[in-house]
Amino acid sequence: MQRIGVFVCHCGTNIAGTVDVKAVAEALRYEPGVVISTEYQYMCSQAGQDMIHEAIRENNLTGIVVCSCSPRMHEATFRKTAQSAGLNPYMVEIANIREQCSWVHKDMEIGTEKAIILGRAAIAKVNLNAPLTPGETPVTKRALVIGGGIAGIQTALDIADAGFPVDIVETKPTIGGKMAQLDKTFPTLDCAACILTPKMVEAAQHENIRILSYSEVQDIKGFVGNFTVQIKKKARYVKEDICTGCGLCTEKCPQKKVPNEFNLEMDNRRAIYIPFAQAVPKVATIDPNYCTMLKTGKCGVCAKVCTAKAIDYTQKDEIMEEKYGAIVAATGFNPISMKPFDEYAYSQSKDVITSLEFERLMNAAGPTGGKLLRPSDGKHPHTIVFVQCVGSRCSAHASKGKEYCSKICCMYTAKHAMLTRDKYPDTDVYVFYIDVRTPGKNFDEFYRRAVEEYGVHYVKGMVGKVSPEGDKLMVQASDLLADKQLHIEADLVVLAAAIEPDMSARPLATMLTASMDTNDFFTEAHPKLRPVESPTAGVFLSGACQGPKDIPETVSQAGAAAAKVIGLLAKDKLKGNPCVAGSDEWMCNGCSSCERVCPYGAITYVTKEFRMPDRTTALRRVAQVNEAVCQGCGACTVACPSGAMDLKGFASSQIMAEVDAICK
Amino acid sequence: MENNTNRMKEQILRTSGVNPLKCMRCGKCSGTCPAYDEMEYHPHEFVYMVERGDIEPLLKSESLYKCLSCFACVDRCPRDVEPAKLVEAVRLMVIRQQGQNHLKPDQIPEMLDDELPQQAIVSALRKYAK
Repeated sequence: MQRIGVFVCHCGTNIAGTVDVKAVAEALRYEPGVVISTEYQYMCSQAGQDMIHEAIRENNLTGIVVCSCSPRMHEATFRKTAQSAGLNPYMVEIANIREQCSWVHKDMEIGTEKAIILGRAAIAKVNLNAPLTPGETPVTKRALVIGGGIAGIQTALDIADAGFPVDIVETKPTIGGKMAQLDKTFPTLDCAACILTPKMVEAAQHENIRILSYSEVQDIKGFVGNFTVQIKKKARYVKEDICTGCGLCTEKCPQKKVPNEFNLEMDNRRAIYIPFAQAVPKVATIDPNYCTMLKTGKCGVCAKVCTAKAIDYTQKDEIMEEKYGAIVAATGFNPISMKPFDEYAYSQSKDVITSLEFERLMNAAGPTGGKLLRPSDGKHPHTIVFVQCVGSRCSAHASKGKEYCSKICCMYTAKHAMLTRDKYPDTDVYVFYIDVRTPGKNFDEFYRRAVEEYGVHYVKGMVGKVSPEGDKLMVQASDLLADKQLHIEADLVVLAAAIEPDMSARPLATMLTASMDTNDFFTEAHPKLRPVESPTAGVFLSGACQGPKDIPETVSQAGAAAAKVIGLLAKDKLKGNPCVAGSDEWMCNGCSSCERVCPYGAITYVTKEFRMPDRTTALRRVAQVNEAVCQGCGACTVACPSGAMDLKGFASSQIMAEVDAICK
Repeated sequence: MENNTNRMKEQILRTSGVNPLKCMRCGKCSGTCPAYDEMEYHPHEFVYMVERGDIEPLLKSESLYKCLSCFACVDRCPRDVEPAKLVEAVRLMVIRQQGQNHLKPDQIPEMLDDELPQQAIVSALRKYAK
C-alpha cells in the first residue's frame, strides 16, 4: 500500500476564488492510501515546496498528489521537490484544478466538487504508480538549419561561433532569402545588400558552417539529440567545387527567355544562371526546365565557354544522410497571391504591382537598374497609390485573405513612399491605410517623417476599386476623415500584400512532428516563455516561419534560437522520457499491429526461444520496443489486441483506476 | 424612446443577419460603392450608425433607395460584414410599415416601355414594395 500525501494549492485566488480548497483537502484525506492532506497559498513557492519536502520526510510518503495548475506548468517543479526529498520523481501526480476547474467554472459548489473528483482520480493513479528511471542518450553535436534567409544565416552563425558544426539547407541556388531582394531597410534606410552580403560571406567562410544550397530536406527520423536527416542535393549540372562563378556561361547561354524569379519575373534570365552578383555560393546553376541541351541534347554552349570545365550535363540528384542533435526551422515567408483580389486589377494591369515587386524596381540591381519605371511602358510614374492591408486582417469567413496583421507592411510602405518622394519629388504619393501600426524602436518617428518631411499623402480609408483606363489606373477609394469618395488617376498602384508561411513549412512540420497553427505558422512551445522552441523536443524556430516579423525581430529571434540550440548541444547526454511502451513477451501474439501504428519506428519484432510450462521450448515472434526511439504516444497500447503492450507511467490499469475514481 | 431604438436595432440585426461589431472601419465598402455620391449616409456610416443604435436618421434617409443593391460592398468587405444587407434590412423596416409602399402594382403599367427589362420591374417591386 502506498503512503500518499495530498497538497492542494490556492494559487492566490486563481484556484481559491472558485474552489473551496479547505474542503478539497478535507475530502481527499479519507481516500485510500492518503496519510496526509493539506493546503497552502502557493505550492510552487519555496515555502510550499519546503512543506512538501518536510511532509515526505516526516510521513515516509511513497507518492504525492499536488492539486494545482496544469502539469505543463509545474509538474517538473514538483518532481524536483520530490526527488530532493528522496522520492522517485515519477511518484508525483498533478490534479489540474486550475485550468480544468477553477478557470472554467464560476460556481464554487460545482468547482469544489470537480476538484475533489480530479484529486481522487490522481490518488487512484498514484496508488498504482511505480518508480521509473529515465534512460540516457548521447547528443550528436551538430545542428541543422533549414532555410538560408537572414533568420537561418544568423542562427547558423551564432551556433557556429559557439564551436558547433552547422549545416544550412537552402532550396534555392543561393542563400540570402527575401532580404537579398530588398532595396533599403527601415527605419535607418541602410541598403539591405550592404548589411546582408557580409553575413552571407561570413557564413560561407566559417569553418563550422557547411552550406547545402539547391538542396531539400526529404526525410527526418529520430528524436532530440539524435536526428537522422535525408537531404536531397538537386542536380545543378555544374560542379560546385570547380565553378569559379565567372559568369561567362550566363552571358553566352542562347536561351534568354527564362522568367527571372529573383526579379519576380519582371525580366528574363538565361537557362544557366547565378541569381544575383553576390550569390553564395557563387556557382552557376542550370535550370533543367529551360536548358536546350538537357531537353534536346543540342546546344552545349556553356560547356564550350567554361574555362574551368565545370559543366556536367550528366549530374543526378544526390541523396545524403546526416545526423544532427538539433534542428532549426527557418523556412520564412512569401507574399500571398494577389490574383483573387480582382478589385485591384492585379491580373489585368502590369502597373498594379506588389510591394516586393516595387522593392525590385527600386533596387539598383533590379530589372530597371534602380530607376522607378512602370512595368508596362517603362515611363516614369507621376502618381503612385499604395494600398495597405491587402489580404491582411480579413475575417475568417471572408472569401479571401488572412486573418492576421502581416506586421511589416506599414513600415515598408512608409519606406517606399519616403524613398519615392526623396528620389522623385515630382511624384504624388498616396498611402491608403486602415491603421498605421508602427510599434518598434524609431518606427513611428520614421512614419511621421514620411508625412511631415517628405509630403506623402496618408489617407485614412481603403481603396475599393482599381480600373485600368487607357494607360492610367483609375483608383476609387474612400477618405473616411473627409467623408468623401476619392477618384485618383494613378500611374502605378502598389499593393501591400499579406505574407504567409512558405509552402515547404507544412510538409516539414509533418516530418518533424512539430505543431502548426491554422495559418501554417509553426507553433511555439509557449507563446511568452518559450517563443523560439517548438513543442517537439530538439526542434527550434527562427524567423517568419513562426509568425510575421521584420528584420530586427527576426535577427533577435534567430540569436535566441541559436542560444537554445547551443544549450542543447553543450550537453553530453540527454535524459530520456521513461514513460515509454513495453511489451509483455508472454502475452504478445506476434501480430505486428503495434509495429504498423508506431509513428516513430520504435517497434521491431524478434524471434525468441521460450521455455514453455511443460518444459518444452518454442520459438515465438514477439515485439520489442526501442526505448530510446519511443516517444510514449501510446498508439501501440491501443492497437495491441492481446493487451501485451503497455505504457509505463500511463498503464491501462492506471487509466482505468482514474476513470473508476471519477465515476465513483 | 431608448427601448424603441433598441427594438429597431435588434430587428435590423435579426432580419439582416449582420454583426456590425465585425467592422474594422477600413471604409472599403464606401471606397467601392458606385452610388456613393448619391447617398447621404454611406455604406460604412450605415454600419456604424446601426451599431450605435442611431436608426431614426437612417429610416428617413433617401440613401435607402439610392443603394443599387449591387452588393459590391458585400463582395469586397475584408471583414465579411455585408453592409448592403443592413441597408436592405433598414429599407424593409420602412416599407413594411402601413402606407410606406414606394411602388404599387397599379403604378407599373404607365412606367413600362420596350427598353425596360422585366427583371428590373421584379427587382424594383422587391426593393420598394412589401
